[in-house]
Amino acid sequence: MMTSGELLPLAVFFSSLIPGVLIFLMPESATRTRTTLNILGAVVKLVLIFILLAGVRAGDEFGVSFAVLEGLELAFKADALGLLFITLSAVLWLLTTLYAIGYLEHSAFRRRFFGFFSLCVTSTMGIAMAANLFTFFVFYELLTLSTFPLVVHRGTQAAMRGGRIYLAYTLTGGTVLLTGIVLVQNLLGHTDFAHGGVLGAFDDSRSTYLKAIFFLLIAGVGVKAAIVPLHGWLPQAMVAPAPVSALLHAVAVVKAGAFGIVRIVYEIYGVEFAQSLGLLTPLAIAASITILWGSLRALSQDDLKRRLAFSTVSQVSYIVLGVALFGPIGTIGGVVHLVHQGLMKITLFFCAGNYAETLGIHKVSEMDGAGRRMPVTTLAFSIAALGMMGAPFTAGAVSKAWLSDGAVAANMGWVVWVLWGSSLLNAGYFLPILWRTWFRCNRSGWHAEHIPVAGWRETALLLLIPPIVTATATIAAGIYANSDLSPLAWARLIASREYVTKIVR
Amino acid sequence: MVEPVTFVVWLIVLPLAWAVAAFVTGERIGAWLGVVGSAIQTFLVVWMVATWDVAVPVIHRVGGWGAPLGIDLAVDGLALAMLLLTQVVSLPLTIYARSYFSEDASKSRHFWPLAGFLIAGLNALFVSADVFNIYVTLEIVGLSAVSLVAIGGGRAQISAALRYLFATLIGSGAYLLGVALIYGAFGSVSLATLIPLVGSNPPQAFALAGLLMLFGLMLKTALFPFHYWLPPAHGGAAAPVSALLSALVVKASFYLTLRLWTELFASIADDIAWIPALLGAGAILWGSWRAIQAIRIKMLIAYSTVAQLGYLFLVFPLLPGQDAIRATVMQACAHGAAKAAMFAAAGVLIKATGQDTMAGLAGMTGRLPLTLFAFGLAGMTLMGLPPSSGFLAKWQLIEAGMARDLWIIPVVALAGGLLTAVYIFRILSFAFLLSPSSVKIATVPRVQEWTAFALAAGSVLLGLRGVELMALLPGQVP
Repeated sequence: MMTSGELLPLAVFFSSLIPGVLIFLMPESATRTRTTLNILGAVVKLVLIFILLAGVRAGDEFGVSFAVLEGLELAFKADALGLLFITLSAVLWLLTTLYAIGYLEHSAFRRRFFGFFSLCVTSTMGIAMAANLFTFFVFYELLTLSTFPLVVHRGTQAAMRGGRIYLAYTLTGGTVLLTGIVLVQNLLGHTDFAHGGVLGAFDDSRSTYLKAIFFLLIAGVGVKAAIVPLHGWLPQAMVAPAPVSALLHAVAVVKAGAFGIVRIVYEIYGVEFAQSLGLLTPLAIAASITILWGSLRALSQDDLKRRLAFSTVSQVSYIVLGVALFGPIGTIGGVVHLVHQGLMKITLFFCAGNYAETLGIHKVSEMDGAGRRMPVTTLAFSIAALGMMGAPFTAGAVSKAWLSDGAVAANMGWVVWVLWGSSLLNAGYFLPILWRTWFRCNRSGWHAEHIPVAGWRETALLLLIPPIVTATATIAAGIYANSDLSPLAWARLIASREYVTKIVR
Repeated sequence: MVEPVTFVVWLIVLPLAWAVAAFVTGERIGAWLGVVGSAIQTFLVVWMVATWDVAVPVIHRVGGWGAPLGIDLAVDGLALAMLLLTQVVSLPLTIYARSYFSEDASKSRHFWPLAGFLIAGLNALFVSADVFNIYVTLEIVGLSAVSLVAIGGGRAQISAALRYLFATLIGSGAYLLGVALIYGAFGSVSLATLIPLVGSNPPQAFALAGLLMLFGLMLKTALFPFHYWLPPAHGGAAAPVSALLSALVVKASFYLTLRLWTELFASIADDIAWIPALLGAGAILWGSWRAIQAIRIKMLIAYSTVAQLGYLFLVFPLLPGQDAIRATVMQACAHGAAKAAMFAAAGVLIKATGQDTMAGLAGMTGRLPLTLFAFGLAGMTLMGLPPSSGFLAKWQLIEAGMARDLWIIPVVALAGGLLTAVYIFRILSFAFLLSPSSVKIATVPRVQEWTAFALAAGSVLLGLRGVELMALLPGQVP
């Protein structure tokens, strides 16, 4: 008989798997049942996660494992770090599902879309709850496979091209990652994650070998985290429909990569051992280059979604940077940005989708006067964009403050300059958009308007609610950062479990 | 109480019985007999596996007559794994074939008797305990397989069957010559008698015999560069036949190669161990390359078989380690189920679209989602992506290679996975394209879609639970 400590993680996992499978079995026309099932699954998942959160906070352990082969286990655990990612994904899954229902109304292949969508979320749960690298890899690859049909959802030649590039990058990355994982398995006989790392026991004679494995592992997950020069797939994958870009390319896929880096540094190598091998500084440099390069490329993009994609490239590496700053303060900054970046970026993608669906706007140069036509959407967009720049009272400000304090604490003062430079570049590509939408007039009218104004609703209600919620959350996470329920508080809990030393700030 | 392991005789007699009955009663009843017979065989083999005891190697003397007068059947874990694979794959395929051939009586009249002989031959081959009986079973399997290719009756099919016939006859001829040499040198054909007799310093005739027999078997397994006969035969036959051939028949001669290599020819095997591995690597590269270029769906799948067979031979430098055998048996099972699923799915797609081209697949994810899903799952197994049995095979192969510091083997296996992804996603991309206009597609019975799906799902689910299968091949984990 299984205990509740074993059943709960499985229940979280199945709460999206079962709806996914049922959706595949239902006919295309069963829209209502499908919608109900989707929302039911998302809500049940949130309730389960709430129970888990309370348990983990109190110090309970949740985990379960199954033997695949002798000595090889599919193992799950719900720990503080995993739950951060799970909670983020589950909350945003609910919102994105609502958004997608509105977005895809009357379009074809909705069964396929929502089926694979649920499988993606299931894979994300597996990634977050993986208790060893083997399990992590299983779901990491499953995520690649289940996102492919979503990327090519539109069925055009351009979509196929985006899909092919996506696969070429991610499957090659997966192969490199697998190589690293098997090397770890070969070295240790297992690949379990543990606080403080599992490779620390080896002496200096193996250090070159361990560095090589680190390189393979990080390069493998770095593809999904879109670290320069492995980021080429992300702008191409923007051919996908807006809800897919929103959840998968701002949250699930890129975060799976970033989350993998966190796990590898903290729970395979151990942050203190990684520091002693001299691995953190190169990682910080790679992250810094990515932050600056992504922002630079974003400046010159006229396509709104591509601009956001390059912005994602830049922002996800804040997480990597935080991980690479030795010391708990940097860790907190990086880990909390996992949540903050998700909230802000999904808001931006929701809004981009709204502009495209409502007014037919895809390019920055077409956005003149959009703020008057769609004030609510534009307000949400503005909040998220300001957050990205690190404006006060937003989630972004909290991340940046902790990251720069962490840099100082780790004696890496140059990182502060990288952060300032990035903020400047962010302003360089976001402020022109805000200027155009709010202060310029639209002279030619909206030629491609699909959805008319109805009272205060500038677009369909289901397209409007999700960005309002996430924009509000962006501000709340900034203002109430010091409350016990904020992402920051949870990040501190995680850092306190990864470091032996006490956190002072 | 009858020992379950003695059911092995029934695994040979039953398919023979339904083959003959199908010949007599005609195709309608014959098809039902085939399905029911396969179901019973599957039940028996599962029972055998469940009650199997590692500690007791079983030799069954048929009719109570021992060797050298009677026929001995030897059942060990390896043989049991292959028996299991054969029954578990052929049961869904018989269900599939019953529906597939239902509108074309002229073909199914020949299909059921030949399929019965084929399965009986396979089952007998896995448990044969002497090299001469192995020859007999090889001929039964080879000839029924050739005839199955020819039942289509088309020009291309007859010519493919003839090519296949020559290959299989040369293969068994070389094998028989080897058997004669061994009998001349040692005066016995029984494996159990021969193995202790050979010793560490065998005569030259024995080495020659070994080379001949292994060559013959590799030709029959279509190992690169002896694969020339396979693509036209597997790509040209009717879908259920292609599935049986690609999933099971080539595995039979591979099984013999593996068995003779590790048992009878162990003394000469070390010197030539890199030859099959190199040919295997060549097969992976060449087969994948041709699959990537293929225009017809079934040709692509057939070349994929050429490539996937290469993986089976990669382990030879790692033999006789039990971990290497486990890896290759997992690969054989993974490929068996996945390839059967893939040919079955291709059969559905070809019937629906009326053409065997990839361009004809546009829009099929919307029209035949279940079949495309089956195709995708089978592709996942072939690519060796988790969580599939193909991944477990790859994982075990890489581990076994690393345990001996032979890095090249993992590298080839990993690179092969990426090449596989190229051709699998080539097909899937076509299917995801929007169809240009409202193309008419023929309706295909759902049972065909579901059997293809069941095989594909099986190949993936085995990847979540490989413990029981691998327990048939016990040994220390290195």
